[in-house]
Amino acid sequence: MLELVLVSTLNGVLYGMLLFLMASGLTLIFSMMGVLNFAHASFYMLGAFFGFQISQLVGFWPGLILAPILAGFIGALIERYGLRNVHRHGHVAELLFTFGLAFVIEEIVQMIWGKLPRDYRIPPSLDFSAFTIFSTNYPAYKMFMLLFAIGIFVALLLVLTRTRVGLIIQASLTHPHMVGMLGHNVPRIFMLVFGLGCALAAVAGVIAGPALVTQSNMAALLGPILFVVVVIGGLGSLSGAFIASLLIGLLQTFAVAVNLSISDIFGVFGIHTNPLPFLSDIWRVTVAQIAPIMPYLLLVLILVFRPTGLMGTRDT
Amino acid sequence: MKFGWHAKLAGALALVAIPFVVPVSGADDTIKIAYVDPLSGGGASIGEVGLKTFQFLADDLNAKGGALGRKFEIVAYDNKLNAQETLVQVQKAIDSGIRIITQGNGSAFAAAISDFVTKYNERNLGKEVIYFNYAAVDPVLTNDKCSFWHFRWDANSDQKMQALTNYMKDRKNIKKIYLINQDYSFGQAVRSAAVAMLKDKRPDVEIVGDEMHPLLKITDFAPYIAKIKASGADSVITGNWGQDFALLVKAAADAGLQTDWYTYYAGGTGGPTAIKQTGLNHRVFAVGEGIPNLGYGPADEFEKAIRAKYNFSLFYPRAVNEMRMLQAAIEKAKSTEPTKIGAALEGMKFNVYDGGEGMMRADDHQFIQPLYISSFGERSAKEPFDEESTGWGWKLAGKIEAANTVLPTTCKMSRPAS
Repeated sequence: MLELVLVSTLNGVLYGMLLFLMASGLTLIFSMMGVLNFAHASFYMLGAFFGFQISQLVGFWPGLILAPILAGFIGALIERYGLRNVHRHGHVAELLFTFGLAFVIEEIVQMIWGKLPRDYRIPPSLDFSAFTIFSTNYPAYKMFMLLFAIGIFVALLLVLTRTRVGLIIQASLTHPHMVGMLGHNVPRIFMLVFGLGCALAAVAGVIAGPALVTQSNMAALLGPILFVVVVIGGLGSLSGAFIASLLIGLLQTFAVAVNLSISDIFGVFGIHTNPLPFLSDIWRVTVAQIAPIMPYLLLVLILVFRPTGLMGTRDT
Repeated sequence: MKFGWHAKLAGALALVAIPFVVPVSGADDTIKIAYVDPLSGGGASIGEVGLKTFQFLADDLNAKGGALGRKFEIVAYDNKLNAQETLVQVQKAIDSGIRIITQGNGSAFAAAISDFVTKYNERNLGKEVIYFNYAAVDPVLTNDKCSFWHFRWDANSDQKMQALTNYMKDRKNIKKIYLINQDYSFGQAVRSAAVAMLKDKRPDVEIVGDEMHPLLKITDFAPYIAKIKASGADSVITGNWGQDFALLVKAAADAGLQTDWYTYYAGGTGGPTAIKQTGLNHRVFAVGEGIPNLGYGPADEFEKAIRAKYNFSLFYPRAVNEMRMLQAAIEKAKSTEPTKIGAALEGMKFNVYDGGEGMMRADDHQFIQPLYISSFGERSAKEPFDEESTGWGWKLAGKIEAANTVLPTTCKMSRPAS
């Protein structure tokens, strides 16, 4: 039992950190421009495919640096020549723009790399088990993912709170006009933040690609859950995104481990037959089976009872 | 030059309309078979292999003269592993004049096609469409929901589980079993058959876990593996296919899970690579209608040919039987009319791909054939073929004669009046 709890905690934190790498960029972009970037998970996918391609040519480690830069550069270009023009027509147009962009990127990825999963390998230097808890091996690569994600989080936090650049970004979040009056180029800050957000998503892609599956549907699989993280954490809140990512990572991992069903709960009170026979399917469904929809249930509850999210300051 | 808005609108409309203007195929006289399976998303890896296998088979038959002097042609349709999209694609195939449909991945979609085709044929006499199922194994398709227009070449889930549990009956090292399956009609059929048959054949064995997970949506099985580990299971039974098998075993390898595996589809894309990573030498078993390394001459020749052309091994001996029997049925009926093909197939006896005789049972359109249990691991001189360049290959562990795979059916077939 203790083994299951420990391993599940590790897995949950790891999944949570991966979510955070993506959610942090998404939430930054939202708090600056007020637009939910539907194509955000697509940059995660681009990161994985760029990483795969670069690893084929020069190895995994250069890919870890180059792929996010490339994806961030593309993100910045899209902001400069696409989103900025659309911005004039209001938020709905921006939303539709990013929505379309997600499909365009998916199609392009399919055209270049095909629809089959690509064989993106873990670097040999990390292909061993780091340690053994009871009898379960924990792969070194997963440990690396975890530490790398935490490193990025700390770096991001330091940049935003301790440096001049961070100050200007934070100021543009709340008082863009005043920052502009003071002589800063606010549109350029927007562009840089958009690029940075995309690069962060791409970092997640590069490190998750070898551990999970590098395939053209990977954006569609992770996209919806990102919005759940951002809304639960509170739109625009970095610390909120951090807490929500970990919460959802742990929630999903532990839900899988729980075999409780409604019939078990009633069983505790001595009721062993289903009082409503037409609901027999629901009667037997276990928590593990509904694990994938738990985050969405949480999303609905949060929106009902705390529309600003856990750490947010404004209404979603 | 300036265009008025009318001209611009007309131009725009013309652009939009282009994709819908499909050239009507005229005199080309091929026998077309619509392949409706996932070619994108989580099922793409398996759908792509199936498509290439069918194309290879069509080429193979065409080189030998096709049927009635006509060539076979496979036309691919992507059903995106979605029931709605499956029917849209089947309708599209029918609209373009195709009257033979084949599909295999996903029993839920197979049921949808069988139902759709049956209803379509009632309304469109003389334009009937026939459906060949090469891999969807939910027993219901040849029992309560059977149809004259549906033919299945794969052994159904109950037949496979019967073969697996008969083999497990004598393996005394099995004490605790964990079931993990995909949460849809097929996975449920596997788990309920496993529970019922184990209770009957091995009442001493304890089922320590009974897991259902979403179909082809999970990218990290680590939480499930942690749970299997915690249960203390020594063996796992799974019907998982495609990436759901490969990723499950990959996660098991990462965590160092050491159990025996009793599977339906361990040979699918990525499966052998993942098994090699676990280091479980001849501890992963699969049941099926054939494997490489059986030492049957004609099959070995075919295996060499397909490996020479593609970088995969033959995963679908059942597809070979399907295509060859289609050819035989057309020759026998002297017609490509689905009604006549169907009638010719009923009760047809056929020498199957891996040797031995199979029979398309007329009662329910379930193909009855010899089944094999095999294990994956290091090879001896008798096993020339390896899988996915792992060096490991399949080895025969037990053969079940066709007669011993027969299970009763509840099907009450209604046939078209002729």
